[in-house]
Amino acid sequence: MFSIEVTNLKKSYGSLKAVDGISFTVKQGEVFGLLGPNGAGKTTTIEIMEGLRERDSGDVKILGLDPWKDGYELHKKIGVIPQEFTFFEKTTPKEAIKYYASLFNIKVDSNAILREVLLDEMEMHVFESLSGGQKQKTGLALSLVNSPELLFLDEPTTGLDPNARRAIWEVIRRLKAKGKTIILTTHYLDEAQQLSDRVAIMDHGHIVAMGTTEEIIQQHGSGERLEIHGTQQLADYINANTELQGKYDKTKEVISIPLKKKIDMLAALAAAEQSGMGWGEIQTRQDSLDDVFIKLINEPLDEQGEVEIEQKPNKKGRR
Amino acid sequence: MVSLKRIYVDFKVFSVGYLRNKFGLFFGLIFPVILILIFGAIFSGETGTIDVYAQNQDTGALGRNIGNDFLTALNESSTIRVITVNASENFPDFLAAHSASDGILIPSNFTGNYMTEQQVNVTVYGSPASSTSGIVSGTVSGYVNYFNLQRFNGSMVIGLTSATVNTEQTTYIDFLIPGLIGFSILTSPMFSLVNISSEYKKNKLFKQLSLTPLTKMEWLIAKVLFYIALTVAGFLLMVGVGVFAFGAHVTLSPWLIPFLILGPLLFASLGMLVGTVTKNPETAGVIGNIVTFPMMFLAGTFFPINIMPGYLQTIAHVLPLFYVTEGLNNVMVYNNIPNALVDIAVLGIITLVIFVLAVKLFKWRED
Repeated sequence: MFSIEVTNLKKSYGSLKAVDGISFTVKQGEVFGLLGPNGAGKTTTIEIMEGLRERDSGDVKILGLDPWKDGYELHKKIGVIPQEFTFFEKTTPKEAIKYYASLFNIKVDSNAILREVLLDEMEMHVFESLSGGQKQKTGLALSLVNSPELLFLDEPTTGLDPNARRAIWEVIRRLKAKGKTIILTTHYLDEAQQLSDRVAIMDHGHIVAMGTTEEIIQQHGSGERLEIHGTQQLADYINANTELQGKYDKTKEVISIPLKKKIDMLAALAAAEQSGMGWGEIQTRQDSLDDVFIKLINEPLDEQGEVEIEQKPNKKGRR
Repeated sequence: MVSLKRIYVDFKVFSVGYLRNKFGLFFGLIFPVILILIFGAIFSGETGTIDVYAQNQDTGALGRNIGNDFLTALNESSTIRVITVNASENFPDFLAAHSASDGILIPSNFTGNYMTEQQVNVTVYGSPASSTSGIVSGTVSGYVNYFNLQRFNGSMVIGLTSATVNTEQTTYIDFLIPGLIGFSILTSPMFSLVNISSEYKKNKLFKQLSLTPLTKMEWLIAKVLFYIALTVAGFLLMVGVGVFAFGAHVTLSPWLIPFLILGPLLFASLGMLVGTVTKNPETAGVIGNIVTFPMMFLAGTFFPINIMPGYLQTIAHVLPLFYVTEGLNNVMVYNNIPNALVDIAVLGIITLVIFVLAVKLFKWRED
């Protein structure tokens, strides 16, 4: 049973193709991560799924409903935190929950919801006095008021400090354990890896990779390889005397040899020893999601694992 | 489709938030009262009678001189003491020679025209630099209105004399209260809705709300109802202060209700419209001020518009707030309901247009 079916979805802003023909499905109870740099089309995609934005073409079925035409029906069944969640400045989390409950015409235990998102100690503080993490938790609390089966979390931890991020992760894990289907967009790779069952990596409106993180690494990564600290001559010697094909990285002074079989490692080391040339430390390595991401996106990462790219024009177009 | 329960729920959460915001409360309720206290204190009191030179060139007709009656009536007001100037003097020269800032001139054909229902103008000389000019011209305008009303009722000359004795004396504070009520009807909903609608758009709060069963119409109605409630509270407060602190004369009538409803509805919608059509809160603020400030001063709030030069009076007539202040004056000061009905009609049409535009252009979602 699919909670979400997206087929060949397209959306342009003027000449800019924000989403350019993407297709994917999300199973019930799955946590699905949409990953990609700023401007990749994540928010446009998620807002179309939420029924906040009209698509140009393609099929979108959310819980069996067309999100744009049946938005009013759909909104009773889903929970959403938009990017950079804000609320009425002078309203407390508890009042906000009661407000939502009255609008949905349902009775809720506001204390239970506040406990669920780890916000019970701040229930009487007005929204503007809350910290960034507490504000996001208020958003999470509100998205839970109508007991949705499907949750959309658009960059729920962007701009939060590491502790606050971990607290939000904890809440998301609990929701997952309860069997909620969750769509999560993020540009933090560790977040996607930690929380998602499957991820899709988006870039320039396309999905460039999709699957579990292991599958993506296997498909798009270079596999296991041996790295030997040494010289160009040593690399040439190994390549000449074995069936291996090492590559030399001048800046790191490292010979990188792809390993097709475990035994290849022995051959490489034997050749190195035979050469009589000096060699330094050795290690085996495998591409991480970061490596694959960089390879696929072709954009540098900053030290936080966040993609650093210049503001693309569609950032503006999205507003 | 529109649910009263959701309107109530949104009204409640907005009211609670508003009452916690001391800034909004100050500008909504306290500030207009402070204005009344300040202006009232400046322009009221026993020492407040203003000496005004007046020249009566009226030659009279049928043994009556209505010009004289008019000046006598003015003299009996607590605001103005008339000093008669010989009809043979050149009046403007006389005023200049006596350094007078105010003067009243009754033309020679006054009685004749008045009785034959032809347009005739009383000229009020004033100086823009003078603080008394507004009061003089406001008072004279009150009496002009009163005399016109007498004619309208057909009681003509006879009714005039008897009514002059009984007429309530009009003071500046009587004009000020409707003006400042108009001022607060404009400023509170307008500034607030410009701010809310542009900020909510920027912060994606409208998107957030669109994910609940609340509709944009319900949301807007809740805001309008809140500002009607705030306006009524401000109205009672200002009238109370005016009456008890300064002994203002105020006619309360059910005809005030249309203004207290249409006013906030109009300016909440206008604020909404400004916030909707502008790109960001900064631009919205600027446009909001451009729309609001001329109205704040030119629409008969602090000064009666008849002291202003002709072109400004023309401008005043295209400002929506003018029909609020004029209407409030017509009801509260002159008890002139036929004229107030005209104001209600004009105001109703403007309000309808702005409201429909605001609702049409205002979007929860994007396409």
